[in-house]
Amino acid sequence: MKSRYSVFSLARNAFSYHKDWERAWRSPSPKAEYDAVIVGAGGHGLATAYYLAKNHGMTNIAVVEKGWLGGGNTGRNTTIIRSNYLQDPSIAIYELSRSLYENLSQELNYNMMFSPRGLMMLCQTEHEFRAMKRTSHANRLAGLDCRMITPAEVKEIVPIVNDDPNCRYPILGAYYQPRGGTGRHDAVAWGYARGADAMGVDIIQNCEVTGIRREGDKVVGLDTTKGFIKTRKIGVVAAGHVSTIMDLAGVRMPIESMCLQALVSEPIKPLIDCVVMANTVHGYISQSDKGELVIGGGTDPYNNYSQRGSFTALEHTVTALVETFPVISRLRMLRQWGGIVDMTGDRSPILSKTDVQGLYVNCGWGTGGFKAIPGSGWVFADTMANDRPHPIAEPFSLKRFTEGRLIDESVAAAVAH
Amino acid sequence: MIVVTCPVCGIKGDETDFHYGGQAHVRRPATTDPVNITDEEQRDYLFIRHNPKGLHFERWRCDRGCGKWFHAARDTVTLDFKAFYGITELPPVELQQQAKGPWADYFQSRAKAR
Repeated sequence: MKSRYSVFSLARNAFSYHKDWERAWRSPSPKAEYDAVIVGAGGHGLATAYYLAKNHGMTNIAVVEKGWLGGGNTGRNTTIIRSNYLQDPSIAIYELSRSLYENLSQELNYNMMFSPRGLMMLCQTEHEFRAMKRTSHANRLAGLDCRMITPAEVKEIVPIVNDDPNCRYPILGAYYQPRGGTGRHDAVAWGYARGADAMGVDIIQNCEVTGIRREGDKVVGLDTTKGFIKTRKIGVVAAGHVSTIMDLAGVRMPIESMCLQALVSEPIKPLIDCVVMANTVHGYISQSDKGELVIGGGTDPYNNYSQRGSFTALEHTVTALVETFPVISRLRMLRQWGGIVDMTGDRSPILSKTDVQGLYVNCGWGTGGFKAIPGSGWVFADTMANDRPHPIAEPFSLKRFTEGRLIDESVAAAVAH
Repeated sequence: MIVVTCPVCGIKGDETDFHYGGQAHVRRPATTDPVNITDEEQRDYLFIRHNPKGLHFERWRCDRGCGKWFHAARDTVTLDFKAFYGITELPPVELQQQAKGPWADYFQSRAKAR
């Protein structure tokens, strides 16, 4: 059993100059056989492993990761947590996730700095205002805490916003979800990793999957750079690289990988204490506890595995934000990076069994997966453990592409895709 | 920035001068056999996509030049273009041979069909 993090353990370790902290997770070699193997140690994969162990008692499991844990999109997003989607199945899974975030630090004994500072989506055209109003009605029907606010309220919450009624995209109002906010993205991966490891889950890093072995319609194991691992259940949670893994098993995916960039500014004094998304002009912004403005925008439009975005997309994002927040126009940018996002046709995720017995897939979170980590792990673990879709995961099955039962969030998700 | 050259009018520009049209060589099954088309074929046509890490074949449109659609072969990791070719053509044979995974299967099936 791991020792708990607390103010007392902090004080105790201060006496040894913080040199004797126990490692947060082990670095085991793979065993010959596991009850289940998760491919991909990002937030979703680690959350799946954690809930498999915690909710379903499956502790003889492993998570294999090509790079290092939390090094993909979990560490590359803009940490926004919200649940204001339009369609009922989306609201169900994202709201489950947001509500799990509320107690996650206590649950994992790991401070993931959930900060429900409020989330605002600006309406800068008449049709965006109507679309957001529709979303807010759908959300309130589903029991979400949200409301539409006036330009005066927007200005009160975010004083730096450009309230000139004669600008190209004037603020006509905003959608406001007060329980939305941000979290520390790395800590979510680390907390789930530490929690899963404590229950006996092996997290194997620097271990690339090179093949998925099948006997007829069943999986029997996977080949990795650290040897063959025998298992009857494989959960592929590989985000932007999911197609390359599923190709190994001969399962074709409705996914295209694209690059989404984010950037942070130099740290400045507290300027904005709310997450603001300006979707008409394609940009969103929040301020980290360190004082950096965390900025995100749209994807590059072409298939891309390069993990670095184009200046075109970057310039578009920055232009949008300078227009919306003129005060930041002289701010210097500190870092910029890209993540490979897995886009589906309807911009909704895939949480599904496949035609291959024992092969499960959790992907397609596209540009907005961070907010969904706890809920996704929860329902995907349940799906894998019981070999049937969890009720919340059911609408997100791969079958929807054959049946035409799409969960269309591509215009409804209210974000810039 | 990636630099695209239109094989139709020869104009050169960055990605903002062109429009990305997704995966190349997608065939609409209902065009040839509208009666016997299955849900799976229609799904493959609408949603299933080759998504290789490496050599990819795709469609682009010359937005600010001649306005024509054309094909391109591009590496999705380095973002280098390997070839530009006409909208009715298949890629150069050496690129077809370099293709992997679902693309290799596709070009083999096209070769067999001929």
